[in-house]
Amino acid sequence: MQDMPKSSEIVEVVSEFMRQHVLPQLQGHTAFHALVAANALDIVKRELAIAPEANEAEKARLEKLLGREGTLEELNRLLCARIEAGDVTVETPGLADHLWETTLTKLAIDQPKYSGYRRAKGEI
Amino acid sequence: MSKGEEELAQGLARVMGQKAGALKGIENLNRLSGGASQETWAFDGITADGPLPLILRRAPGGTAASKRETAVPLATEAALIRLAEKAGVPVPPVRYVLDEEDGLGPGFVMDRVEGETIARKILRDDAYKAARPKLARQCGEILAKLHSVPMDTLPELRHSPAAAEIKQYWETYKTHGHPHPVFELAFKWLRDNVPAEDRITLVHGDFRNGNLMIGEDGVRAVLDWELAHTGDPMEDLGWICVNSWRFGNIDQPVGGFGQREEMFAGYEAAGGPPVDPERVRFWEILGTLKWGIMCTLMYEAFKTGMDRSVERAAIGRRSSETEIDLLHLLLPRS
Repeated sequence: MQDMPKSSEIVEVVSEFMRQHVLPQLQGHTAFHALVAANALDIVKRELAIAPEANEAEKARLEKLLGREGTLEELNRLLCARIEAGDVTVETPGLADHLWETTLTKLAIDQPKYSGYRRAKGEI
Repeated sequence: MSKGEEELAQGLARVMGQKAGALKGIENLNRLSGGASQETWAFDGITADGPLPLILRRAPGGTAASKRETAVPLATEAALIRLAEKAGVPVPPVRYVLDEEDGLGPGFVMDRVEGETIARKILRDDAYKAARPKLARQCGEILAKLHSVPMDTLPELRHSPAAAEIKQYWETYKTHGHPHPVFELAFKWLRDNVPAEDRITLVHGDFRNGNLMIGEDGVRAVLDWELAHTGDPMEDLGWICVNSWRFGNIDQPVGGFGQREEMFAGYEAAGGPPVDPERVRFWEILGTLKWGIMCTLMYEAFKTGMDRSVERAAIGRRSSETEIDLLHLLLPRS
């Protein structure tokens, strides 16, 4: 067990530092890349908060959908193969809900301001 | 000014003085952007009547280095711009195409059209308020003209109708190996719905908000011809509707500034055949998938060490944006 601060707190404070103290000192291309960097840290922050529980839920949905156990990656590869083979289709019970849930989680981590995500959440 | 820049300035002054309308020289050479595949420079030609604003597009460092395999050579790009101009498409007039004896590498010089290409400014700044309601229809009119370029006048181009586009991106997707169930579903749908190859034309290949020079009066020039090919003309109408190019204006499907019906009406009014909205939707779905795969491909450039920038790394996390767009298109929630 590591000591405090938690990794999420470290990532958060570095992102804050970059926005509040580093970015105002920069210009042009470097400023743009620093903003991209701060945004990337925010992705990590959200992933640390959301992924542990969401990945468990994704795994449980996949095991139910595919009727077998495995790691998250194995199950995702198997789902891909079954879709490619036509064994799992848009008609397959649970597929649509699974893909929506999984994709909403990805966006909640990667880009919660994205228009397609906000539309799906009924925010716009 | 670096040594390379000084050499370029001298070379350009020589070439533009001798061959391209006898300019007295050049000044204000300034690098605008530099991708892996192209360099773009702004400069002014010196004439008796004052400065002439110009643009140079050339291969990186003036070498004939290999570009993206889907990109057309610069001389082809120049030829296409000239053909499009003849067909009535607004483009920056090409002044001069570099040849081997010029010693500057492959490239060409064209007029510098004043205006804005940054999509967010075009969609939000007051300067373009009057232009915005006209843009979707203008895009339709322009595409009808672009697709009317006679096929027998075209230079050698990649032929890529729907089935070839699907195959190309499938191979790219399978090469990098990360599983994307939503992409699989999209590929499946696309393969089951490939349209007939009943009309083949010149296709711009990257006709979207961001590659259009916009002024207060509307579209002034169509830029970035490097992904041009022959194929299904509806590809261009679908690509500009991809949600990624709406820049947040989700309810303005054409580039974030207009409605599909306005674009279709402009297309038909300018001599294009009647538009089948379902076919355009097919290309919007394929376009959304393509952008998603391009995002993963840019991450690969980071992973292999080709481009160790934060931007390259982070763009991989934007492929999920296209996944939610694909779900909206293929599995809409009631």
